[in-house]
This record gives sequence, structure tokens and C-alpha cells, in this order.
Amino acid sequence: MAPARSFLWLRRIFLTLLTGFVLVPVYVMVSSSLKPLADVSGEFHWLPSGLTVRPYIDIWSTVPLARYFVNSLIVAGAATVCSVVIAVFAAYAVSRYDFRGKRVFTVTVLSTQMFPGILFLLPLFLLYVNIGNATGIALFGSRGGLILTYLTFSLPFSIWMLIGYFDSVPRDLDEAALVDGCGPLKALLRIVVPAAVPGIVAVAVYAFMTAWGEVLFASVMTNDTTRTLAVGLQAYSTLNDVYWNQIMAASLVVSVPVVAGFLLLQRYLVAGLTAGAVK
Amino acid sequence: MTTTAFKEPVRQASSGAAARAPRRPGRLRRISLPYLLLLPALLLELLVHLVPMVIGIVMSFKELTQFYIRDWGTAPWSGLGNYQVSVDFDAPVGEALLHSFFVTVGFTLLSVGLCWLIGTAAAVFMQDTFRGRGLLRALFLVPYALPVYTAVITWAFMFQHDNGLVNHVLHDQLHLTDKPSFWLIGDNSFYALLTVSVWKGWPFAFLIVTAGLQNIPGELYEAAALDGAGTWQRVRRITLPSLRPVNQVLVLVLFLWTFNDFNTPYVLFGRSAPEAADLVSVHIYQASFVTWNFGTGSAMSVLLLLFLLVVTGGYLLLTSRGRRAADV
Repeated sequence: MAPARSFLWLRRIFLTLLTGFVLVPVYVMVSSSLKPLADVSGEFHWLPSGLTVRPYIDIWSTVPLARYFVNSLIVAGAATVCSVVIAVFAAYAVSRYDFRGKRVFTVTVLSTQMFPGILFLLPLFLLYVNIGNATGIALFGSRGGLILTYLTFSLPFSIWMLIGYFDSVPRDLDEAALVDGCGPLKALLRIVVPAAVPGIVAVAVYAFMTAWGEVLFASVMTNDTTRTLAVGLQAYSTLNDVYWNQIMAASLVVSVPVVAGFLLLQRYLVAGLTAGAVK
Repeated sequence: MTTTAFKEPVRQASSGAAARAPRRPGRLRRISLPYLLLLPALLLELLVHLVPMVIGIVMSFKELTQFYIRDWGTAPWSGLGNYQVSVDFDAPVGEALLHSFFVTVGFTLLSVGLCWLIGTAAAVFMQDTFRGRGLLRALFLVPYALPVYTAVITWAFMFQHDNGLVNHVLHDQLHLTDKPSFWLIGDNSFYALLTVSVWKGWPFAFLIVTAGLQNIPGELYEAAALDGAGTWQRVRRITLPSLRPVNQVLVLVLFLWTFNDFNTPYVLFGRSAPEAADLVSVHIYQASFVTWNFGTGSAMSVLLLLFLLVVTGGYLLLTSRGRRAADV
């Protein structure tokens, strides 16, 4: 069943063009991050006039990049951990129990995902300010408020995906554990969770990426000390000069951990997306 | 969570169950357990999605300007005033909203179409193994894995008038344009936005379609080959029809993501997008946070929500797959 020659030719042309389309921005990011400022300020050149690692040193002092990095790490990390734990409990309940309101719950949770973020932004902004005024808990402008917001972004998808995963773990296994005297929580942690590790990893990757890349809420709900990378990177261009070489260097520094992590774990994400979308 | 917490009934499923509870002590616990497991998720959804949605709807009936923002409850009611302003298409506010709506619809249709087309083609072409397939696959996922703002900032750099790659290639190298064009302002901004959106979005379609292709049984292809079907016939008669259920979900998800996208235009253009690329989400952001009229912004949000509900509802009714997804 060798593919037809026309198919092979079209495949070669298409994949070559597509590779070019994908790679050009990546090349621009890498090459520009190694150029002196004069080179990125003038007309574009494919090849740098001189290589320098200066941008990689300067990025840390032009703007407080390290602080933004730590903020992003705390916010995305905490949102990921919380959303995975909460989604595991919720998905277990939906997968293993019949209870009144089950359908309403799943439909509500899923449908919140279709609404634009802008719809929640204004009210949430007011709600956080009001809670802050009433109780003294600073949600607006704090990392806590952002964590709370982000963990619900990934929650609906995580719950949906984990329900699928938990359904695929045979009920007999955890029912046997229950008969053996395990509590439901123990059965969940000992039997169901280990069997659903790929799904849980996928959910964690998704949650982390969602939080790491979010711009809208980060731009409204943070202040100077809690600003995340999503907003912080814009600071390189508020001055008279736009430090394009530093922007590109910072972009790379910020992206490499996420892209590397994603490529390492993508097997799980693909498997998880399949379980969710194809079933 | 402690074990004592499990003993507190949150809600009882039925009175009959409660009556039987004394005989089987585990019974009550079993009934309340699912609710306890759901409690954290439920509270969060309430705090971040449901309560804000209600507040948003209330806000849309109020005259909420910056003077009332500290204590928004005291803002005067405006009845349907905000809605009237939003849908008065002869006046500036309504006209701009309508324009922005049409831009968004056009942009979304083009972007989703292109993402789907490129993603499907790539997945179909890479269905068979060939040398370098793994590497190419990893490469194709890079745009999806990159944080939105770094990807979009890079594109913004490439679209710069004086020092961007796009003008360098189109003008200096290929001589296609008389003079370097502006990409981030004016009419071209629509194409700039579309390019970035497709670059960022197609790998998701690729990912999902690839997953869908793995579910097609190999025997189908073998049978078709025995019957003398060529490569193209196999693609058209087996591959594409088998992808239908996957595509129904994929297109809906792509539609919602693209239609609601805020990150891409915001990073590419800043707080106010050029008219040709004025997507609704940025438009509402600007109406609320730049011109400080939260009441009108909320009314616009509610209108957007209604539109999405109608479109999604209609779509789900039309696709049988959607009906199944809705009853989970």
C-alpha cells in the first residue's frame, strides 16, 4: 500500500512550507536575542552583524524579570496543584457516585468554559475589591486572587478529562478496596489515582500552561510587586528605546522551561485530549 | 478534609434513604460523600464564575462609571439604558460595537477554517510513518506550547514597520510592495492578527485530529486497498468521514477560543486595537477599563454571552455528538 506519488509530492511541499511557517518566528526570537541593540533597531537582517550574549545579562536589570518570574512560578504552580487536587475529588465523585444534581453540576462547570474571560473580569474585579474592603483579605492585586482565578480556568477541562480517565479504571478495583475496609478516600488515592496518572499529568500540564500564558487577568489584577511575566515583558518597551534584543532574550528564557516541559510530557497531554475529545 | 467531616450530611438524596440510614450506618455517609468531594470545586465555581456572572448581569442595568466603582451597589439604576446605548447602531457606541462584532465573526470564521485545514492536512500527511516524523511532530507543537505573550511579541517584532522581518522580505527581498507597509495599524492589521492567530492555533487542530486518526481501525484501510482504492480515495472515503465526531468537537472548541480571544490582539496591538482588528473582547475591555464605563461594558458582555449561548446551543442541537457531550 505505498502512497501515491502525487500524495508524496504534495506531502513534501506542504510539510516543508509548514515547517518554514512554524520556524521563522522561532528563528527570529533566537537570532534577535543574540544581536546588539543597533542591529535590532535598524533594518532587519537574517544574519546577526555580531553575536553577543549581552541581552541575556541585561534582561535581569532592565526590568525586574526575576521577580516576575518568581511571581509567575508561584501563581502558576499553586494554581496547578490546587486545580489538580480539586479536579481529582470532583471527577471521582462524578465518575463513581450517582447523586442528585450531577448533571446540573457537570453541565454548569463545562459551560462556564465557553464564556469569554472579559465577562468575568469586571465583576470579579469588583467582587475582589469589595471582599477586600469588607474583610481585609487582599484578593485584588495579590497573588492569591490571581491563583484563585486561574485555578478555575483549568478546572472545567480538568474535571471533564479526569471523569473520562476515572471511568476507564474498572470499578471492581476500587470496590474491592472498599470491601477490604479502605475508606473511599483511600480507595481513590491507592487505586484510582495511580491508574489515572497519565490523565492527571495531562491535566497538570494543561493547568500550568493556562496559568503561565494568561494575560487579561494578569494585566488588571496585579500591581508592581505581584506582576507576572505576561505583563512584565511589556515593560521592555515603555522606554524611549524598544530593547527588541532583550525582549527576545527574555521571551526565550521564559519559554524554554514551558516548551521543554510540554514536549517531554506531550505524550500524556495528547492521550488525555484523545480521551476527552474522541470518546 | 477530616473523617469527621464526612459524617455531616450536606444534603440528603431522598427521605427514603434517610429513613433507612439507621439500619445501614454507611448509607448516609455514602450519600453525602459525593457532595463533599464536589464542595471545593463548587465553591470556587461559585466565587469565580457564577457569582460574578450574576453581578455582571446586575451591573449591566446600572449606571456604573468610575464615580461609583468604590461602592458599586449605590450606583443609580439605568434600566435598559446600557443596552439601548449598546444596540443603537446609529450612535457611535453601538456602531462601534456592531463593527467590532462583524470583525470578530469574520476573523473567527477565517481563523478557525485555516487552523482546521492546516491541522487536518498535517495530521493526514503524517498518518504514515516516515523518517523525521517524530522530530517534525515535536516541532509542530512548539507554537502551541509557547506562552501566548512571547509568541505574539515575537510576531509584533516581525510586523514592525522599520525593523521587521515581514517588510524586509516583502519589500527589500521580494520587491512585492512599493514601500514598506504598516501591519499593526490600519487595514493590514486584520491580516497580521489572522496570521498570528493561525500560527498559534493550528497545532491544536493537528493534535486533536492526530488523536482522532489513531482511532480509525487499520482493517478499514486494508479492505479499501483490497478493493483497489487509491491513496486519495482512502483519504476521502475513510479518513475524512471517520473524523466527523472529532471535528464536531474541535470546531466548536476552536470557535469559542478564537471568538473570545483577548490575549493575541491585546499583546499585538495594546489596549486599543486598530479598527480593522477590533475584536469584541478587546472592545469591551476598552469600553470598561479605558473609557471607564463599566455599565455599558457589562451590557455588551451580556449581549456577547447571549450570542454565544444561542450559537453554541444551536450547534450542539445540530450535532448528535454534542447531545451526548451534554449529558456526560
